[in-house]
Amino acid sequence: MNDIWQGVQEAFSLIFTADGEVMRIVALSLAVSVSALVLSAAVGIPLGIWLAFRRFASRRLAIAFLYTGMGFPPVVVGLVVFLLLSRSGPLGWSGWLYTPKAMVLAQVIIAAPIIAGFTMVAVMAVNRNLRRQARSLGANNLQVTMTMLQEARVGMLVAVLAGFGRILSEVGAVMIVGGNLKGSTQVLTTATVQFTRMGLFERSIAMGMILLTLTFLTSLLWVLLQGGALQES
Amino acid sequence: MNDAVYSLDDIVMRYGDREVCRVSHLDVPPGSITVVMGPNGAGKSTLLRMMGFLDSPTVGDIHFRGELCTNGSEPSLAMRRRVTMVFQSPALFQRSVEKNVAYGLEVRGEENVQARVTEMLETVGLSHLAKAKTSTLSGGEAQRIALARALIFEPEVLLLDEPTSNLDPESVSVVEDLISRIVKERGTTVVLVTQNVFQARRLADRVALMIDGTLIEVGTPDDVFTHPQDARTDAFVRGVMVY
Amino acid sequence: MGGHRRRSVKARILSCVVLALFIVAMAGCSGSSETLILATTTSVHDSGLLEELLPDFEEKENATVQVLAVGTGQALAIGERGDADIILVHAKAREEAFVADGFGKERFDLMYNSFVILGPASDPAGIGGTGSASEAFTRLTAELPDAGSSFVSRGDESGTHSRELSMWEAAGIDPAGDWYRSTGQGMGSTLTVANEFQAYTISDIGTYLSRQEQLDLQVLSGDDPLLFNPYGVIPINPDRHPDVNYDLATKLVEWLTSFETQERISEFGVAEFGQSLFTADSEEWRASNP
Repeated sequence: MNDIWQGVQEAFSLIFTADGEVMRIVALSLAVSVSALVLSAAVGIPLGIWLAFRRFASRRLAIAFLYTGMGFPPVVVGLVVFLLLSRSGPLGWSGWLYTPKAMVLAQVIIAAPIIAGFTMVAVMAVNRNLRRQARSLGANNLQVTMTMLQEARVGMLVAVLAGFGRILSEVGAVMIVGGNLKGSTQVLTTATVQFTRMGLFERSIAMGMILLTLTFLTSLLWVLLQGGALQES
Repeated sequence: MNDAVYSLDDIVMRYGDREVCRVSHLDVPPGSITVVMGPNGAGKSTLLRMMGFLDSPTVGDIHFRGELCTNGSEPSLAMRRRVTMVFQSPALFQRSVEKNVAYGLEVRGEENVQARVTEMLETVGLSHLAKAKTSTLSGGEAQRIALARALIFEPEVLLLDEPTSNLDPESVSVVEDLISRIVKERGTTVVLVTQNVFQARRLADRVALMIDGTLIEVGTPDDVFTHPQDARTDAFVRGVMVY
Repeated sequence: MGGHRRRSVKARILSCVVLALFIVAMAGCSGSSETLILATTTSVHDSGLLEELLPDFEEKENATVQVLAVGTGQALAIGERGDADIILVHAKAREEAFVADGFGKERFDLMYNSFVILGPASDPAGIGGTGSASEAFTRLTAELPDAGSSFVSRGDESGTHSRELSMWEAAGIDPAGDWYRSTGQGMGSTLTVANEFQAYTISDIGTYLSRQEQLDLQVLSGDDPLLFNPYGVIPINPDRHPDVNYDLATKLVEWLTSFETQERISEFGVAEFGQSLFTADSEEWRASNP
């Protein structure tokens, strides 16, 4: 117990004295995570909306693929991206392996289906009658779509939050394609693994505390964003 | 009629091989209230949706103000915007009451929204609910808001699908008054589906009776209720008029 | 009636599945009487030596040895906390401190091998010819920033990493810069990274040989006492942690340092790689092979 308490205390001091290594790791984590989130949302939200609205022949198959993507083991995604980007792989010429680009790529592949799936469900959950009503009130196609999306905004925010949570907590894939290189691809999660392996528990506790704080702050932000919408439902 | 707002000819609506609506001929005169009546599942809502350009008939022609709407292509946005529909359960958006009422003006990019919203809310007697959330409204209040939302942009045609069947008497009154007023003051054409014969008698200039999806008789309320031409109309009028 | 039958068939299948899972779970639990927890480094584990040797010990003593393969730092930390019964690492100075601080009862020589300096066949820094390790490191510092290659370090305070750092120190350098990358991971991962970047690195011979086929890296170092890599085994001090299985740990030490096992250690790897991965070095062995 003493050990843990001591670790926590040292972790606090590392954080509040803005220890250089810790700050670098946090900065990189945020940069990679936010980039991955933006790209995942850019891919996932339109995909989810499209699947919710469009009727086409192989729609059920497409949704099945989407669900598979949502539940797919992230570490396997990491493995596949690694094999693609490795020197001996087809995309080896890109030089992306062991750079933040590879990490963002893997995380987008992991998180985009999650965002798409939740978005799709949120949009589908909007009362069908509202679509009819919006048209009847004179909305053109774009306006109808925007109105439906507005109605689904609570669910869509949750979709993005779920994606961000996934991205922030990813370890295996990011370790495999990023390499945990100090100063360039070392992020909070991989650093936690490294410091734990090295027995530097106060550092890994510091990493853990920062991760928890980031997750909490993001959730808080989301509740604020949902704000009025949460009350109305 | 040449100046008919709607002119429906040989309309049939089928879903798969199930026929849900058949109208051989129907004219809707401008500035009038036409009530469509009939037992449940009689195709009345389908007819209304076709008039509201939300559905297209499988076969047949619809002329709106002399223009053909069923020539394969979708009716234009401009045409669609001249007609609006209020449904049985008010489909209000998840925003405040006044934002709901403003919707029709916003999508048309019109000006002076706030003043018109305030005026409209006064007309339906719900100014005090302007900022309220739609989830807090009673059935009657919600339907009045839905009506306010539909009337604020002064549509040429107002289609109503059983607008008062779930409402308290006071709300029924407010709604019926409003309908009468807009017809008188603005010359709006109203097509109203109802099961309530008394309401039909109160409001209708013309009654269209549908049974099993087919329009079987059209005429003034007196014609249809007191001197029905068709035996089925007679049976309906006698058998179902027990509200 | 049909409904009943269907339900009972479902119930039977379900209970069979549950039973099967239970059996599998039970099978996972060892039936033997004793367990010994051995904390060692990932390079020892990855060489496969323990997999080769331990089953005989387990059979002989009717025990199970659970091998925890972690970084040297963590292995020592685990030993300090008494979460293991015995440790096997290759960081002699830290091991001796470990015993001096009373965490370990005594350090026993087990075996040794050599670290190797690896690099791309093209050898842009030109360290291939130099026999001396410290000269090699000096050249790396001089050439690498411009040579378009880099050095990949484990950066995890492992035995290998400690040795690497002492090499830089011996050459009077503090490595830093874009050409110096630190993975914070085990030898296998670090070799993969070095291979991808076609960079230089330092490795234990065992991990290198086992990965040789997949790597495009060559051994560029020669024989140098600075690359000497001794392994030691230390039972945890029961005075410090009374719960440890000291008796069984002692038996394992005796067995590992025995002539027969040492012989097997010196032959390990010959069949597969043409050279042995370790040189036996226990006291008992040295006594028989002066």
